[in-house]
Amino acid sequence: MDLVLLSRLQFAITIGFHYLYPPLSIGLGVALVVMEGLWLRTRDPRYLELTRFWVRIFGLIFAFGVGTGIVMEFEFGTNWANYSRFVGDIFGGPLAAEGIFAFFLESGFLAVLLFGWDRVGPRLHFFATLMVCLGAHFSAVWIVVANSWMQTPTAYRIVETAQGQRAEITSFWGAVMNPSSLDRLSHTLMGCWQAGAFFVVSVGAWYLLKGRHRDLARVSIRIGLGIATVASLGQLVTGHGSAVTMAEHQPAKLAAFEGIYASGRNADLTIVGWVDEENRTVHGIRVPGLLSVLVGGSRDTWVKGLDDIPVDERPPVQATFQFYHLMVAIGMALIALSWGGGLLAWRGTLFRSRPLLWALVFAVLLPQAANQLGWAAAEVGRQPWIVQGLMRTADAVSPNLAPGQVLLSLVLFTFIYLALFVVFFVLLDQKIRQGPHEPGADAHGEAA
Amino acid sequence: MEGELLNIAWYALVGALLTGYAVLDGFDLGVGALHLLAHGDHERRVFLNAIGPFWDGNQVWLVTGGGALFAAFPEAYATAFSGFYTAFILLLFMLIFRGISIHVRSLRPGRRWRAAWDAAFCGSSLLGSFLIGVAMGNLAWGVDIAPDFNYRGSLAAQLHPYALLTGLTVVALFAMHGAIYLVMKTEGELNRRVRGWVRPAIIFFVLMYAVITLATLLYLPRLAEPFRAQPWLFVVPLASLLAIADIPREVHRGREMAAFLASSATIVLLLLLLGIGMFPDLIHGNGPSGTSLDCYNAASSPLTLRTMLVLAGIGMPLVVGYTIHIYRVFRGKVKLDAMSY
Ligand code: HDD
Ligand code: HEM
Ligand code: HEM
Repeated sequence: MDLVLLSRLQFAITIGFHYLYPPLSIGLGVALVVMEGLWLRTRDPRYLELTRFWVRIFGLIFAFGVGTGIVMEFEFGTNWANYSRFVGDIFGGPLAAEGIFAFFLESGFLAVLLFGWDRVGPRLHFFATLMVCLGAHFSAVWIVVANSWMQTPTAYRIVETAQGQRAEITSFWGAVMNPSSLDRLSHTLMGCWQAGAFFVVSVGAWYLLKGRHRDLARVSIRIGLGIATVASLGQLVTGHGSAVTMAEHQPAKLAAFEGIYASGRNADLTIVGWVDEENRTVHGIRVPGLLSVLVGGSRDTWVKGLDDIPVDERPPVQATFQFYHLMVAIGMALIALSWGGGLLAWRGTLFRSRPLLWALVFAVLLPQAANQLGWAAAEVGRQPWIVQGLMRTADAVSPNLAPGQVLLSLVLFTFIYLALFVVFFVLLDQKIRQGPHEPGADAHGEAA
Repeated sequence: MEGELLNIAWYALVGALLTGYAVLDGFDLGVGALHLLAHGDHERRVFLNAIGPFWDGNQVWLVTGGGALFAAFPEAYATAFSGFYTAFILLLFMLIFRGISIHVRSLRPGRRWRAAWDAAFCGSSLLGSFLIGVAMGNLAWGVDIAPDFNYRGSLAAQLHPYALLTGLTVVALFAMHGAIYLVMKTEGELNRRVRGWVRPAIIFFVLMYAVITLATLLYLPRLAEPFRAQPWLFVVPLASLLAIADIPREVHRGREMAAFLASSATIVLLLLLLGIGMFPDLIHGNGPSGTSLDCYNAASSPLTLRTMLVLAGIGMPLVVGYTIHIYRVFRGKVKLDAMSY
């Protein structure tokens, strides 16, 4: 098999597994701050119990996030050596900054969060929770900045060296604040908040259905839905921002997102559809002119189509289109769920409706799916470039690897990650079944 | 000139991050290496919880060291990790298993569950330490680098005797470091037994150290050159000998913290020795092209080096500050409670 394909597959699988965990730790971090903050303010022991319960789950998620994350830090070197040589001057900085400003903060204060209950006062413990939450957000900042530079590179110049060309930075803040950084960071964070919020809601709804921990379950649902109402709308606003930026800076990607072949004004927005790549058209339900309106505020806005993009610079259209449309559909569903659910919870009727509660139990899968789909759309839509317009993915791999080496590691990664995911799932299930009330002798006790 | 100073500063800073990793993760890797020597479930939980609050933060020194290497010396980052691909992926698997096994081992009561994760923890710690040592050995010994900076050797070439020796030396070093750490963290009967492990661990390490020093002087005289050129540098090996000799003394006197500091100093001084010997090389090239990657030809632009130095200058003092504080929060003997592993 081909080295580039194998390395791409391995990157996609390793980042895909990694990205199951960070959205949960970022989103739960916010929920924990809310819960523990409420405890500090009200001194209502229910909030303390709830916080302790979710801290235990947080610890589990964190361990898997770290395990899978450490691979990512080095995979640029192992599999994408040419890429690393080409962009190291720019791309390495955010990665190092992530270690210095995010991972140290997160992992250091996590110790206090998990094990410090009896060793520090409540205020200091809350401070630790805040720092863990902040650290998780910082790591999103730096990694998304790095990735955004690959999408919309700025503040660089190409320099000849003895080993070939490389991109050198001309302004650090210029590269950090590249055109897509803020849109994409805020959008990613909203996706993480939704993941955490719907997780809390889902577990609460399940307890209600099982008739357990009723009181705590209602509190969880209210907190979760509260965060989700903000985040789901934020998702729409920030996603829209991304699309507008993309129209200017990555027109090929936008054209693939919407399956636009002919350039022109009055471009349609497709709600659901199927790209007919042979006939260069999209079959589906469409709203005439809406894409032009969304991107530029009027039907007269000109949108570039794939026809005006050289054939060897076009991304795979069908996949990109479907990933993107599924994400947006899920986004709409989450807006409905969080606002509808929030309204009913406020009225109190939500807690009596079993079908709605079941819907909320399974809703936890939606943000996870949308997060994966969003990244898939963003990354596949950038193809064939690894750095938009500057370097092709095909030129980015480590030239000295043998395909067999990568095949072996790919198979092992897949196998190990699947096995670990099973372990994660079993333990998560166990923790949720154990529930918030600390049983006297919990599973931590001596071996059977 | 300013440019050159920047390169040297980053050589030192990447070295400092990796040294921080060796000192900190060194003790929890060492605890892992000794893990199966603990009898029964209670003792094993004491071991795990001795490092419980710290192992993850310790590992971040490696992650940040990797990031710093990428930012400051991207050519070395690319060459090293693509060149040592298979060995490095194996190390990553070890790090994954280690972290997960520490966290999940005590989450279920089953005997077999715990035994399996105990084995995973111990095995991954041992193999992980060994691979780190092998990597260091290869960097010092030298590898075949093409003029385009790509690694040209084979996997088998990475397993030559010198690298295997450094691998064993690191296992011994971390086991000693971990044993001393455990002395600090345990009480009663377990503490008495752990104390008993310190002496054989020191002997094992000193033996390895003697062998590796001899091999280095015989086969890699260039590593000793800086010391001949600047005789005052001999304070470093001298201090490292004193630090090693101090360890059994402090253990014997029951000054556990001092023993741990001496063992930490041993690691710092050893890596300093290596850093001085290798300077300015990051990856020594011994192939036909004569290409080495050093802190000049592998470096990022001066602007990046300067910017990152400012960021590190702001960030690292903060990190060191709160890390010390967190270690103080968890000082003293291990006590198991409801939140323990
Ligand atoms: C939007 C957020 C986000 C994204 C896109 C990524 N990560 Fe991540 N990462 C996190 C958010 C995060 C986190 C929330 O901060 C984690 C998850 C759990 C944890 O321990 O920290 C983490 C853990 C984590 C760790 C372990 C840190 C430790 O030991 O404490 C590493 C080395 C990386 N990540 C590196 C990466 C790289 C190189 C990525 C890109 C290819 C990446 N992450 C994507
Ligand atoms: C509400 C409707 C939504 C719209 C209009 C929207 C829009 C977008 C756009 C345009 C991009 C591409 C950005 C780029 O590549 O530069 C994107 C990416 C992404 N989306 Fe969405 N999105 C929506 C919903 C969601 C939801 C519900 C989630 C997850 C819960 C999500 C998660 C992501 C992620 C993780 C990315 C990749 C990161 C990024 O490129 O920003 N999106 N989205
Ligand atoms: C920052 C440096 C990054 C590099 C060098 C990189 C490179 C790549 C490459 C080469 C692929 C394969 C593309 C394909 O198969 O079509 C890929 C896919 C992917 N990347 Fe990135 N990426 C980076 C950052 C990120 C980040 C920060 C995320 C977010 C977590 C991410 C999420 C993804 C996902 C989900 C895929 C799978 C897409 C698919 O289904 O193929 N990437 N990336």
